[in-house]
Amino acid sequence: MKLEDLAQQSGEWMSGHGPESDIVISSRIRLARNLADFPFIRKCSPKDRADIATEVHRALDSLPLSADTEYVDVAKLGDLDRQFLMERQLISHELSEAQGARAVILDPSERFSIMVNEEDHLRLQVMQSGLDLESAWERIDKLDDLLESKLTYSFTKKLGYLTACPTNVGTGLRVSVMLHLPALVATKQIDKVFRALNKINVAVRGLFGEGSQFMGDFYQVSNQTTLGRNEVALMSKVKEVVPRLIEYERRAREFLIEESKQDLHDNVSRALGILCTAKKISSEETMHYLSKVRMGVNLGLIGDIQIPTLNKLFIHTQPAHLQKLRGNKLSVTDRNIERAIYLQRHLSKPTINENN
Amino acid sequence: MKCNRCEKPATFHITELTEPEGPKVLHLCEEHAREFLATDSVSPSSAISSVLAKQLKMEKVAEEIEASDKKTCPVCGITFAEFRKGGRLGCAYDYVAFEDDLEPLLVNIHSALGHSGKVPKNLRGSPERQRQLAQLREQMKLAVKKEEYEKASSLRDQIAAIEAGQLSEEETTDEELPPSDSFQSNPHDEQ
Ligand SMILES: [Zn+2]
Ligand SMILES: [Zn+2]
Repeated sequence: MKLEDLAQQSGEWMSGHGPESDIVISSRIRLARNLADFPFIRKCSPKDRADIATEVHRALDSLPLSADTEYVDVAKLGDLDRQFLMERQLISHELSEAQGARAVILDPSERFSIMVNEEDHLRLQVMQSGLDLESAWERIDKLDDLLESKLTYSFTKKLGYLTACPTNVGTGLRVSVMLHLPALVATKQIDKVFRALNKINVAVRGLFGEGSQFMGDFYQVSNQTTLGRNEVALMSKVKEVVPRLIEYERRAREFLIEESKQDLHDNVSRALGILCTAKKISSEETMHYLSKVRMGVNLGLIGDIQIPTLNKLFIHTQPAHLQKLRGNKLSVTDRNIERAIYLQRHLSKPTINENN
Repeated sequence: MKCNRCEKPATFHITELTEPEGPKVLHLCEEHAREFLATDSVSPSSAISSVLAKQLKMEKVAEEIEASDKKTCPVCGITFAEFRKGGRLGCAYDYVAFEDDLEPLLVNIHSALGHSGKVPKNLRGSPERQRQLAQLREQMKLAVKKEEYEKASSLRDQIAAIEAGQLSEEETTDEELPPSDSFQSNPHDEQ
């Protein structure tokens, strides 16, 4: 599997399947793990880093993983490839910018990735389309068991899995659910909703990607603590909040329709119009209008566009993706032109002039 | 509205819901928003430094702070002061070496102490083992230097035995610690 091939496809988590997938984009779980035989990253010598990478690579080769699972040496990648993997949410900003031996192990369908020598020696990540933390947990638990059968993790019964940062110690678990909340943003209720969700130990923040382009209509809910509760209990903290956010978002959408269906229809159709006809368009503007169109499709105001197509466009119109797809480096201006062409190609057929 | 961190207009409004501080709304320009979001979701080092600052101010006098800061991990050589600055530990043994200083910090961050949840089948990876190995390797180096080859060879065998997972009894020190479920708030957590 080459990164070029990866650029052509989209990951399973972007497929728009799974429970509540009109609002919940994806469920993710990550586990932080460290190898007992090495110091934590900040005290690793260049040789330690290289030895960790070699040991993990060797362990992976002996595991029953798909033959297409790819070990990517991130230290050997250029800027563009690293940014591409970041836009794809397969590596973090920290891994991309680090020095020395580091790697990412990629599942061909992007159902998991394993970062090597990030903040911790290992960062396992599992991604799932829609709201499905149970499946995600089941899969990451198994992946972790597999790795553990070949590697010795740093662990004590008292503190659990030992991590470089005390904020991750214990389970090393970060559960996060990515939601698309355009109506809460449009009705300016988003801050109020978050205030209402006070007293729950979760972090909510606007995002798109990490260290890449993003827009405000995407929000991520995740657990804040990792110690003292088991994985299922930590997951349920997040699971408690998500249905409420979904409910608020649905109510806000109903409100927008009741208030003026015509205005809303006009608004989302104009957004689509701009995306289909612009000759130059920035990443931010693209995200902004794609968000409106996505809501329009979910509310049945726009036909002929599939949600997976839109999910894919959010990722594929980002700078490194455009350049990978095009096959060469592009200036900002050229990217804006390329982006407009790319959008038109993928959104060209819809009936934006229908009058219902 | 102006960006919270510079004079540019704020185009991103980021809400962070954190406990116990409550929701915090940040108004940022694009550049600062990107910088903000590029960090991990709980921004660990800032969380730690604020917790530590609070802790140090409230509970400790200057000499105590100084004493804590000078503590050094015998395995990786990091001092507590260095950890405090960077927010990241140097090795797993730091959890043992700095136990007294880390405990209140962990309670502050997690409102709990004591692991509950997954346990690996392979329990050889205790920091105690790391320390033993480090110690034995040091002794072996010394023995070789002094040309005490018999001693060096015996030490090498000991190291190999530990590496192969033949544990000595003293390694299971975390047994005597309180049961992990004593801090759980509800029985549902038990699984
Ligand atoms: Zn700013
Ligand atoms: Zn240490």
